[in-house]
Amino acid sequence: MLKKLTGGRIYDPAHGVENEVRDIYILDGRIVKRPDGIRIDEEIDVRGKVVMAGAIDMHTHIGGGKVNIARTMLPEDHAADVIARTELMRSGCGHAAPSTLTAGYRYAEMGYTAGFEPAILPSNARQAHMEMHDTPIIDKGGYVMLGSDDFLLRMMAANKDQESINNYVAWTMTHSQAVGLKVVNPGGINAFKFNQRKLDLDEKNQFYGVTPREILLRLARAVNELGVPHPLHVHGCNLGVPGNMDTTLDTIQGIEGLPMHMTHIQFHSYGTEGDFKFSSGSAQIAEAINKHKNVTVDVGQILFGQTVTASGDSMRQFAAHPHSHPNKWVCMDIECEAGCGVVPFKYKDQSYVNALQWMIGLETFLMVDDPWQVFLTTDHPNGAPFTSYPHLIRLLMDKTFRNDILSTLHPEAQKASHLASLEREYSLYEIAIMTRAGAAKLVGLADRGHLGIGGAADITVYTDDADREKMFSTPDYVFKDGTMVVKDGNLIEVTWGTTHVVKPEYDISIEKSLKPYFDRYHTQKMGNFKISNDEIVDDGRGSLTVQPLHKGGPI
Amino acid sequence: MTEMTDSEMWLEVSSPFCGIASDDLTIKVDGNTITVVENGDAVTKKGFETPITDTSPRINGKDASLEQAVKHIADLFRTSKQPVISGMATDLNGVRSAMALADKSRATVDSMDSTAGFRNTLVLQDTGWMVTTLTEVRNRVDVLVVVGSDIEQDYPRFYERMVWNKESMFDQDIASREVVYLGKAPSGDASTSPQGKKAQVITCDDADLPEVLSILRALVKGKNIQAKQVGGIDISVLATLAEQLKQAKYSVLTWSAASLNFEHAEATVQTLCEMIKELNATTRSNGLPLSGKEGSVTASYVSTWQSGYPMRTNFNRGYPDYDPYLCDTNRMLAADEVDVLLWISSFNIGRTPPKSNAKTIVLGRSGMTFDQEPEVFIPIGTPGIDHAGRTFRSDGSIAVPLRKLRDSGLPSTFDVLTAVEQAL
Repeated sequence: MLKKLTGGRIYDPAHGVENEVRDIYILDGRIVKRPDGIRIDEEIDVRGKVVMAGAIDMHTHIGGGKVNIARTMLPEDHAADVIARTELMRSGCGHAAPSTLTAGYRYAEMGYTAGFEPAILPSNARQAHMEMHDTPIIDKGGYVMLGSDDFLLRMMAANKDQESINNYVAWTMTHSQAVGLKVVNPGGINAFKFNQRKLDLDEKNQFYGVTPREILLRLARAVNELGVPHPLHVHGCNLGVPGNMDTTLDTIQGIEGLPMHMTHIQFHSYGTEGDFKFSSGSAQIAEAINKHKNVTVDVGQILFGQTVTASGDSMRQFAAHPHSHPNKWVCMDIECEAGCGVVPFKYKDQSYVNALQWMIGLETFLMVDDPWQVFLTTDHPNGAPFTSYPHLIRLLMDKTFRNDILSTLHPEAQKASHLASLEREYSLYEIAIMTRAGAAKLVGLADRGHLGIGGAADITVYTDDADREKMFSTPDYVFKDGTMVVKDGNLIEVTWGTTHVVKPEYDISIEKSLKPYFDRYHTQKMGNFKISNDEIVDDGRGSLTVQPLHKGGPI
Repeated sequence: MTEMTDSEMWLEVSSPFCGIASDDLTIKVDGNTITVVENGDAVTKKGFETPITDTSPRINGKDASLEQAVKHIADLFRTSKQPVISGMATDLNGVRSAMALADKSRATVDSMDSTAGFRNTLVLQDTGWMVTTLTEVRNRVDVLVVVGSDIEQDYPRFYERMVWNKESMFDQDIASREVVYLGKAPSGDASTSPQGKKAQVITCDDADLPEVLSILRALVKGKNIQAKQVGGIDISVLATLAEQLKQAKYSVLTWSAASLNFEHAEATVQTLCEMIKELNATTRSNGLPLSGKEGSVTASYVSTWQSGYPMRTNFNRGYPDYDPYLCDTNRMLAADEVDVLLWISSFNIGRTPPKSNAKTIVLGRSGMTFDQEPEVFIPIGTPGIDHAGRTFRSDGSIAVPLRKLRDSGLPSTFDVLTAVEQAL
């Protein structure tokens, strides 16, 4: 069935196309050249409308153990946003920790066609994939977490060579069905189990004698040498600690030019100046990002209101628990691999710290020059639920709107920020880079995030509206793999997206040390740890898409 | 991955029966007869070796085809004003299909182990907790306190796999591990170390546990206690235990909520969990709630990610409506609020539905017998024996793959309930 989108204004930064009027043809889920001799079955008039690829959320906690703990903990939050069943959609709940079904529907309704779970513990990967399997419409995938796992730290303490570490990383990514590699508070989650309460970049884990800096280098090098497109995804040391901007700057220097993605950078950009001993470090951080083209960031913008923070960083979440709102929280040590912490949180506009966090995030967006280096996230749900993205886009695109809100916030925080003086307003083209082309390139999705011939027909069509929040809340049409799933902001069809993975090569000899390690120390056999391709396909609704590797280094 | 050898031996099989999902079982399959050859225990052997008896569905006691049974169930659901889907002892896809059916038919969902499960869930929803997982325990525990539970009854291999393992990754002297029972005494010797060191046992009645734990928490916080005894226990004994916990590097406090069988046991679990948080001000300490037998964790997890709520939720109004009191199956049945009960029990022939006046449908393990013949009975396959599946372990983080070991022809819960949903 051939579809034609006629006369749209195309924003396709992957091909340098900005606001050009073109027709798009869709056949069998793909964008195609105008085929000769085939009848157009359906023509959709999109003249005057803004056409972009489907948006991609490259960092969103949508599935896995800690998200489900958050859901369990928040019946009162769900109750305010329950969703009734329709002919088309299952019932569910939304807001801070939405049900999987509702999350998929709401992403699609906002024009998003992919979301990536950024913190999958290897031992919990099976659950993460189960939940993502129950998330409709959007494509998904995950970054598997290493760096506090005892197997890696034992290898490092024993001075194993880089090739062995590459093998272990590739083995773990393959068998947990991941598309990227994540490190959270490198070594810190492990150190917390030994009762260390903080771990600076050059501080040693008391048992292994290994530092976060060494872990970052080893893992970043592994990702690079394996040819995994997505750079090492780094949740750095000292999250939320005033003064952590120095650690962040040091981390950028310390990676020695290797590709690195620093996530929710807002939470890592704090100074210690002023009466509150809490200040913005965004200028220095943005300057460092502008200088280091090997570094990308997503912001982790906070927005005001109730949410829940769910993180693998058990060390920092434990430290944050006195701020829990409502007063309940969970911390977990998990399987000699990792941990997690879930702390409900309410960001208040009349709190100095929260107001400044809001400003720091926006300052970062506005001061990083290259939109290919910065990504639009709220670290859902940690900074705010993903449903606030249209609001965030308006904050970036509309200086008057931004400054109007700014003027209502904690007065001392306003004085501590120069946000009001930042003139920049993002263009539609820049938004398309951050949320489409850049995100697809960063995650390593060859056939998504663009509107070129051969690309997947994940397409979002908007009515241009000066109110950018309204515009991005309710697209006119969303196509997923060529199927129209949203019309006039409403879901009209439910499809099931694919799971993106990479399969880096490894030497099977790694299992000679892994199998006895599982047998001796673990409570699960190595063979049962592995997630088969069949498990992703599952009842037939799921599918696996293996993304191509870059040309790697030595293996 | 389970490996099959020439002689119909399956290696590294995981158990959906034991809650700790032991996955080192060797199992022999001869036709429909299954024998646990290695690493079995009373729970897993019974679980795997229960023979198949009936294979035919029944409607009102008379043999029927699967299609007839499915149609009958769909008819019952279509006319029901208050259907309840309970039991929920199945695997991942079984729960998925039950949730889809509940959503479509506006039913209430609950599970057979909810009463115990909510003793923990209510704590999680009110104040939260700090907990750990089995591999951490195996490698790190130095002091294990077993609260109000005789865990070796329900988790026979717990000590072998998690406490008296040969070695720890962190060069810990395993023999130096301390085990303390608070409340119930152990029924056997599983907690005794291989070197013969017995667990310290501090007994009290269940009824006294709330007070005993409150005092222990107060002592951990450094409060002065005027009383000399609580629940028959000398305060000095609890003071010693409090000190032991404070000195421990990685203490673990475990309990089986099913054993805390008294009114408002959640308040006691909460006291325990708050004490654990307080211990973490200076050292590391964690809870380890034991459960997860026969799919109970799986039911709660799938329900949570699909609806937001962990069981005891109704869909009467078209959306999930959570009420751990009103949506308790036992209460609803006793109050005659239910007209159709669908009971899923695919693991254990002893877990039959509660007696009630509701028209009852049972998707049960083959071999199940009833005092009151249900209106519809479908003998269904057991996940991990008759069909592949996945189940969550007690500690929640880990789901294990379950394999199809034999070709019995029994349908899965997923197959049956998906057919019912489609027929609606």
